[in-house]
Amino acid sequence: MNSLGSTGRASVESAPGEVAAAGSPPPTAFLEVRDLRVHFPTDDGLVKSVDGLSFRLEKGRTLGIVGESGSGKSVTSLGIMGLHTAGQYGRRKAQISGEVWLDGRELLAADPDEVRRLRGREMAMIFQDPLSALHPYYTIGRQIVEAYRVHHDTDKKSARKRAIELLDRVGIPQPDQRVDSYPHEFSGGMRQRAMIAMALVNNPELLIADEPTTALDVTVQAQILDLIRDLQKEFGSAVIVITHDLGVVAELADDILVMYGGRCVERGPAEQIFYEPQHPYTWGLLGSMPRIDRDQTERLIPVKGSPPSLINLPEGCAFHPRCPYADVPKGHVTRTVRPELQQVVSGHFSACHLPQEQRTRIWTEEIAPRL
Amino acid sequence: MLAYVIRRLFAVAMMLMVVTLTTFVIFFVLPKWAGSDPAYLFAGKQTDPAAIEGIRQKLGLSDPVLVQFWNFLQGLVAGREYTNGADVTKCPAPCFGYSFRTEQEVWPQLTEAIPVTLSLAAGACVLWVVGGVAAGVVSALRRGTLWDRAAMTVALAGVSLPIYFTGLIALAVFSYQLDWISGEYAPVEEDPAQWFQTLLLPWITLALLYAAMYARLTRATMLEIMGEDYIRTARAKGLKERVVIGRHAMRSTWTPVLTLLGLDLGALLGGAVLTESTYSLPGLGRLAIDSIEGKDLPLILGVTLIAALFICVANLVVDLLYAVVDPRVRIG
Ligand SMILES: Nc1ncnc2c1ncn2[C@@H]1O[C@H](COP(=O)(O)OP(=O)(O)O)[C@@H](O)[C@H]1O
Ligand code: SF4
Ligand SMILES: [Mg+2]
Repeated sequence: MNSLGSTGRASVESAPGEVAAAGSPPPTAFLEVRDLRVHFPTDDGLVKSVDGLSFRLEKGRTLGIVGESGSGKSVTSLGIMGLHTAGQYGRRKAQISGEVWLDGRELLAADPDEVRRLRGREMAMIFQDPLSALHPYYTIGRQIVEAYRVHHDTDKKSARKRAIELLDRVGIPQPDQRVDSYPHEFSGGMRQRAMIAMALVNNPELLIADEPTTALDVTVQAQILDLIRDLQKEFGSAVIVITHDLGVVAELADDILVMYGGRCVERGPAEQIFYEPQHPYTWGLLGSMPRIDRDQTERLIPVKGSPPSLINLPEGCAFHPRCPYADVPKGHVTRTVRPELQQVVSGHFSACHLPQEQRTRIWTEEIAPRL
Repeated sequence: MLAYVIRRLFAVAMMLMVVTLTTFVIFFVLPKWAGSDPAYLFAGKQTDPAAIEGIRQKLGLSDPVLVQFWNFLQGLVAGREYTNGADVTKCPAPCFGYSFRTEQEVWPQLTEAIPVTLSLAAGACVLWVVGGVAAGVVSALRRGTLWDRAAMTVALAGVSLPIYFTGLIALAVFSYQLDWISGEYAPVEEDPAQWFQTLLLPWITLALLYAAMYARLTRATMLEIMGEDYIRTARAKGLKERVVIGRHAMRSTWTPVLTLLGLDLGALLGGAVLTESTYSLPGLGRLAIDSIEGKDLPLILGVTLIAALFICVANLVVDLLYAVVDPRVRIG
């Protein structure tokens, strides 16, 4: 549809008006999330972890979802995978609305068993901490074999061959021996490689990596990111990389979506987000990003204040209590009216009351020189 | 793994040595220090001085303690003869002693009682582990429902009520009122139906005491495990919920259950004693009580040793199971 042809970009280019509203006909994009809301009823109130998120993603492209801890990134990914509804024994049910279209199928309203069959086969996930995400009592091989055999009617022997093949592909030395190791016998980096092997065993078309490097040390982080990038090229799948650190997606993502308080505040092509960001929160994220090309001792500029309560999100712009420019827009609209996503340039959207010229001026004159 | 097993076997052997020595000291040495004559104690109710002197000679109670202990150990392994001149009492291996009071070897009495207690313990154990774990799992998966609350209330009652209470009530209702249980205990190889019938209530009584604890433990463990990351991973693979629970969650639930089982098997004999005497089962527990009442010291000694062996072996089995269940234990 829309700007897909004109920019060659396939993902986050549409404004609220452009990503079709819920209820419209199926999209042409490979993955399209429309107005996703995931709310958790708790004793303290309704936690609106994700509140109206829309984006799209094509195969062969990588989307980075960035935001502070608690901004709803993991809840978003679990929502796409249909993991909020599975196994909620005795707990209060999450309230989920919106649409998730994967390859022409809508998942939120679909039969849970149908979604289960897609999990691990068409969409797979890599989690933050591979030690806790792998079963401690089963060998790596057995866990990969299991992942393969859920979706393939093969005997254990050929599944094991497939597991070894993938362990080899993700760079685990002596895979035919390590396949029989337990997770605790692997190093952190090796565990994450094994996790990636497990996720890729069925050639998924959508791969979601939720903070894939957060639990790893810096040198290993870079290796894992390289691996994900290589595999992405090789397998041609659509990839979502979730992180709280813009640096992680700097070289990986084609497009970036910045989340704040369960909503998207800015999204666009990666180079736009890095070089012409149009939202004060994104500026803050850029300021708190460790950069290798700078002196390590140089002070980072963190975003001041703490993340908002998802039960009582601040009125108006949710970022206003922490925003240094909250009082710049005339008439205090910032505190009463919530800014909608507006297109800045083609495919680049921002939700901020500041006039665009003013944002551009602040960025080029005040922020960029300090980074 | 093999080294681990050998190390554990060695530890069990050492443990049994210590228990044997302790029991020996209690029965053969302490009485002397306390100023009483072990020969009198071993004679039981006999008071004829000549008979007591005979026992002293036969047991070699005038020998140095170490010689006596050595003879005792030798008897266990190779059998021994109690001699007093021409009066010879044979006690073939394994000689756990000889009751001069009842003029019986100890070992045959033990071998008759051991299968009873093993039947009781093993049956109850299977019952409470299966029942407790199943109830715990269902409670966890139906958390907050009526079933959950009912099961946990019963579990609380089960933990709190002593055997002689539940046992007597069960006995009163099922045996005296409903007349379900009749007749004497029969060994399984002789009359399986009778064996089963006489053991059913004791099994339930004994199992009830433990099942409750296992249900609570399983429920708590299960609830914790269902929140683990690797359960989420299992779902993300596309596994059916039945497999997620039955394979991934259950696998982790067994570990704490086994740990508790290791502790309980050791203490199980205590519960078995009460159950056996409540239901008049001719097992080790009743043998222990009878021997204490009759002041039959050699028999007490024998029962004590068998009890120690029972505990050691039970713990060994559980440790080995534990190593099988938790791969992280094997290296240690
Ligand atoms: N099952 C749940 N019940 C209640 N609140 C939840 C649940 N899952 C997540 N949340 C809340 O949703 C918010 C967003 O969580 P998450 O998506 O994990 O953040 P992050 O961006 O760090 O991944 C957090 O405040 C978290 O406490
Ligand atoms: S709308 Fe106002 S408070 Fe929100 S980011 Fe823009 S300037 Fe800051
Ligand atoms: Mg997260």
